[in-house]
Formats: sequence, C-alpha cells, structure tokens
Amino acid sequence: MNDLVAALGVAQPQVSKHLRVLREVGAVDVREAGRQRLYRLNGRALKPIHDWVKEYEGLWSERFDRLDEVLANLEEEEDDGSE
Amino acid sequence: MAVSSGTAQVTLPTDTQILITREFDAPKHLVYKAWTTPELVRQWWTAKRGSMTVCEIDLRVGGAWRYAMVADGGFEVGFHGEYREIVPNERLVSTEAYEGIPDADAHASLNTLTLTEADGRTMLTVLVEHPTKEGRDMHVESGMEAGMQDAMDLLEEVASSLR
Repeated sequence: MNDLVAALGVAQPQVSKHLRVLREVGAVDVREAGRQRLYRLNGRALKPIHDWVKEYEGLWSERFDRLDEVLANLEEEEDDGSE
Repeated sequence: MAVSSGTAQVTLPTDTQILITREFDAPKHLVYKAWTTPELVRQWWTAKRGSMTVCEIDLRVGGAWRYAMVADGGFEVGFHGEYREIVPNERLVSTEAYEGIPDADAHASLNTLTLTEADGRTMLTVLVEHPTKEGRDMHVESGMEAGMQDAMDLLEEVASSLR
C-alpha cells in the first residue's frame, strides 16, 4: 500500500478505495502478512480485456511496422537531398 | 532495412477513450509527413489487410479527409472526418466517422495525434475520444473484424493447400 501511494502520488484513502474495487471484481488478490496487506495482480481476471483489445492493437502494430519502412525511405531521401 | 521500434500500445484510459502509443526511430517532421501525405498514407494505413481505394487529405482547419479500403475478403470500409486543429509536425485534431454504421457522423470520434521528439526519436500518441461508451466499444471491435478477416484468409490458404 505504501509502495503504491509513493509510486502513484495519490493519497492513501484513494489508493485504498481503488484497491477495494479491484479486489471486488477479482482483478487483484490480497493476503495478510503481519500488519501488512499484500496485493497481487490477478492476470486471469484481466485476460478478457486484453483479448478484447488485442486485435485492435494488432491492426495498429501492423500499420506502424509499415510506417517504419515509409520513414526509413523518407530519411534516405532527405539524406540524399542534403548532399 | 527498417527495424521495428516495437508494437503499438493500446490502452483504454476512460470508458469513452482509446489511447494508441508507439515510438518511431525518425524525427517528428517525417512522421507528420508520412501521416498527412496521401501517397505515403497509402503505403501503411491498410496494414496487410487490403488495398486502399480512396485517400483524400485536405489539410487545413475545416478541411475534409476520407480513407477507404477494400479488405482482402472483398468488402469496402470507409472512414471520413474533418480537421479541427493543425500544428504542423506536432499536433493534429480531427473527427473520424466509420461509414459502416448508420448515422456515422453522430457517432464520430475526436482524434488527437501528438508527436514529441527526443534524440531523433518520436513518440506518437493518438487519443480517440468517442461521444459514448457504445461507440468506443464498437471502434475497438472493428479491429477484431479485421483480425477475423485475417484468420479467414489464413484458413482459406490452409484449406487450398490441402487440396
């Protein structure tokens, strides 16, 4: 919890609130360790969202791979032009 | 030989937004040029999923754009919109309507392209903002249809190789 507060720069009550919601939907698991509560990300719960976005992300990845090639050609042209 | 700078990162910051991020090994004026020049857009926009039939860019505030492609399966998909804000090489705000749905313009998203350069590399972000969550969800799923199309094409290849 303290780690999250430090990393996110958000007040502790807000972090608690978010963690509670994430726990309720099963996105994180929690266990007690002495006075600490340790949270662990539950990848399985997030998989449906990942799967949903994956194809769309794939389309953009393919576009950007081709854009890399277009940019490499443009850089070459620009270098030729400046000589 | 172009080296891929990694995959696109797609996140969903809110219920109505899509955020696409990618770094390029090129200065931002070239990324902007490749994004806004029809002959260049034609070379990357369809990915490997079809051929581009229309690529019109009237790059001024209030100017229109329209892209269309015939997917390998034979169906045509079109998109159009209007430029709202233009800061050359840095920022481009435009609307985007998917012509495949009824009342397309009412469901148009507002897209903001941002380019920031550091050490000759450019970080590209596109923030897509929809009026509704339903519209945003349909937009994400449009990628799935294209993916399905890829899968169908592969299936076809496999099937004909079995003849």
